[in-house]
Amino acid sequence: MTEIKTPLDSEVVDNLKAGDRVSLSGVILTGRDAAHKSLVEAYTAGQDLPVDLRGQVIYYVGPCPAKPGKVIGSAGPTTSTRMDPYTPLLIRELGLKGMIGKGNRSQQVIEAMKEEKAVYFLAVGGAGAYLAKRIKKAEVVAYPEFGPEAIYRLEVSDFPLIVGIDCYGRNIYEEGKKKYRRMPSNA
Amino acid sequence: MKEICADEITKVVENLCVDACTKLGKDWWQAIDDAISHEESPLGKEMLQIIKENADLAASTGEAICQDTGMAVVFLELGQDVRITGGNLYDAVNEGVRRGYVKGYLRKSVVEDPLMRENTGDNTPAIIHVDIVPGSDLRIIVAPKGAGSENSSALKMLKPADGKEGVLKFVLETVEATGPNACPPMVIGVGLGGNLEKSALLAKKALLRPLGERNPIPHIAQLEEEILELVNMTGIGPQGLGGRVTALDVHIEVYPTHIASLPVAVNIQCHAARHAEAVL
Repeated sequence: MTEIKTPLDSEVVDNLKAGDRVSLSGVILTGRDAAHKSLVEAYTAGQDLPVDLRGQVIYYVGPCPAKPGKVIGSAGPTTSTRMDPYTPLLIRELGLKGMIGKGNRSQQVIEAMKEEKAVYFLAVGGAGAYLAKRIKKAEVVAYPEFGPEAIYRLEVSDFPLIVGIDCYGRNIYEEGKKKYRRMPSNA
Repeated sequence: MKEICADEITKVVENLCVDACTKLGKDWWQAIDDAISHEESPLGKEMLQIIKENADLAASTGEAICQDTGMAVVFLELGQDVRITGGNLYDAVNEGVRRGYVKGYLRKSVVEDPLMRENTGDNTPAIIHVDIVPGSDLRIIVAPKGAGSENSSALKMLKPADGKEGVLKFVLETVEATGPNACPPMVIGVGLGGNLEKSALLAKKALLRPLGERNPIPHIAQLEEEILELVNMTGIGPQGLGGRVTALDVHIEVYPTHIASLPVAVNIQCHAARHAEAVL
């Protein structure tokens, strides 16, 4: 288990390999479809962005509302590939270093990760109650009008992750599937 | 003629929304234990254990199992001898969904216009399917459906000549295409026959059947077993990280079809196979 803290730099990212177990602590930002679209539109229009992404990690999550006395509701990862059209720009132009989600990424995202040394982490999909326990603080910092799709600033402690795709383009999904594949030759 | 008050329907739907999003059925707990004992990959086994721990935590704290508490899909089996009083049936269901998603602190995940995409703010409207059945009961099933697995679903109008092999191939293609995106281990609902919309509805209904239960038609039951075995040979595994357990089960529902048609719909369900029901 590798313990790392945010923000990330290229040296930390360089040492993470696909399949590594990571325990992440520090501040991360949330963002999903609507926030990504708005960030990219604002950047393209030359406007100021509501958050600074340099060295940051974005968690693809739209949490449930917090119950009274709780920090946040259920908060597991959403499917990352929907963010793929926006991600290369966030990595190349805005300095994003890490992403937390679930599922495959496009080749364009992987190329940007390799060029700029960024990492893609996986959190356990559908384990929202389990993951929410590791979130110690949550506040909306941008786009509150998007409801669950707003950008939150989260403080996490020992957030359990797996390196899904590393900055060399190695992919744990491909390797894991290959290892356990037993298809009959006629299928 | 039995009378059922619309307010009562609202109350029941409200509670079912919360129950479905926080508690899984007995069949699920059996299926996850079986999956843990069958999984060969140590990482896969660990993922299944976390999934189980998460479900335990949700049931004991009342937190949602998954933050994607879905669109509320509501099946109503309405006895033909029932009369609804004091309001409109659809309004009563939507009011129940509205209250349930507030009461349970569940996420509001519905946008009004598919292109303009403004959140309706209360998770309505629900997707409501009504079947008129004999008798004087109203059976209500609430099945919240998240988008990760729903987006992984597909439908194809096969040729009759494609036959069983064609069905098998299409289900496998659909599963392989989604891989880790649908939060495996998944449940695979297949609708076979009917026409375009009938097959899709059958696939959705197939997800409501208890895990481990087979279709009563022997050759369809056999096809379920065959598909399950093949899907579990793909290597996708729990969370797509590699392993033996890609699916918890495969359920196929069938309906007569046209002499020229073989529609097949595949509705993928993530591991959080949520549904709750009540009878009024």
